[in-house]
Amino acid sequence: MKTVEEIKAAIEAAVPVARVEIVPNGSPSAEHSLLIDAAHGFAVAKFLRDDAELALDYLSNVTGVDWLDKEIVEKVKVTHQVSKTVDGVEAVVEETVEEARKHVVPGHLEAVYHFYSMKFKHGPVILRMRTENRSDKVELPSLTPLWRSAEFQEREVFDLFGIVFTGHPDLRRLLMWEGFKDYPLRRDYVEPDDFEYEPTAHDEVLARAKAHQNREQGSGNKDQ
Amino acid sequence: MGVGEGSADLGLNSNIDQNLKIEMGKQGIFVTTIEELYNWGRRSSVWPMQFGLACCAIEMIATTMARYDLARFGAEVFRPSPRQADLMIVSGTVTKKMAPQVVRLYNQMAEPKYVIAMGACAISGGPFKQGYNVLKGIDRYIPVDVHIPGCPPRPEALMEAFMTLQKKIDGQSLTGEDRPRYHDAEATGEFPVPEPGEHDLEPSSNPLVWITPVVIR
Repeated sequence: MKTVEEIKAAIEAAVPVARVEIVPNGSPSAEHSLLIDAAHGFAVAKFLRDDAELALDYLSNVTGVDWLDKEIVEKVKVTHQVSKTVDGVEAVVEETVEEARKHVVPGHLEAVYHFYSMKFKHGPVILRMRTENRSDKVELPSLTPLWRSAEFQEREVFDLFGIVFTGHPDLRRLLMWEGFKDYPLRRDYVEPDDFEYEPTAHDEVLARAKAHQNREQGSGNKDQ
Repeated sequence: MGVGEGSADLGLNSNIDQNLKIEMGKQGIFVTTIEELYNWGRRSSVWPMQFGLACCAIEMIATTMARYDLARFGAEVFRPSPRQADLMIVSGTVTKKMAPQVVRLYNQMAEPKYVIAMGACAISGGPFKQGYNVLKGIDRYIPVDVHIPGCPPRPEALMEAFMTLQKKIDGQSLTGEDRPRYHDAEATGEFPVPEPGEHDLEPSSNPLVWITPVVIR
């Protein structure tokens, strides 16, 4: 099979507008993935399926990843000009200070596709697509028109992560019920507070059970 | 089970002298009460409802098959309709999406009706307790007669639970203050079906059925 670099080159030759980036995998498996911009994701996927050398005719898995806003702290050396009294003489001295600078990398949702070829018995080729943010711009192109097997898996990703797949023929919740508002696999999902009875609680559950107990007692006192 | 032992077992709440009863039994005279006869008849033909929710259902099926043979206890007929069933074996994980249907099925069963909660999931949520989609025990919505721990419980455990239920039925009285729900004209056999809400089932438990045990830490 072609290496990821070769596949990247092939994609860039076939779909010149698409932006392709290799996301390296540092583990021994070295299964590097291709990050495609969402706008051209469909065209790239179509190329991967129809290309004579790749023929990725089997979609094995669709999953989602939630990347929160990340605060990155960098230490930067900054030189200031400070007026100081040195040996009784006032002079302007340059001083180098280390400063911590923070900047926030905005979070996004990511859909990950694993493709294989049944024809050539090779794979996987891993495709990633990212949404613009985690709140209102969560659309990604659906690959269900290319691989029917994506239908339920994209519904599941929609259900649990809240990625909206445009072009999906039947985008409804799959596991949770209609009218459910949350996305349970997002990292900032807040579980319903039903920790009233935890007989063998430990660690995080114990903390939540105690918090629940305190809250109940607090509200009980208010009622009286 | 000998004759003497059997009649002693049956005469739990009768006023007849047990020794006299055994003596009469030896003479070929069978003395009983309506209550005894009624309970004996019911406990010997408890028909479970035919439905399973997860892996515990496989153990339940095994219990009915030749090796364990639940038919020995009069429970061989698994009814596919709640109208014909006396016992609901909640065998497996009750997800929050399934819980309203389980309660609805229980409501559709005719009195007298009993519930066995089988396995860690059905009694408490089990390994999925801290998940977002699993109910923390079916006893939050319907009254459970026998709880079986285990993941999954072996068929022997289900049979033990079944015999426990039979003992419970044997001890029930037809009249008096402690008579069961279905002999009380004012008591209801209907339990509110929870509605799927925006974040959780609403209500999250039925306060008439589920009284939160106090945990002392």
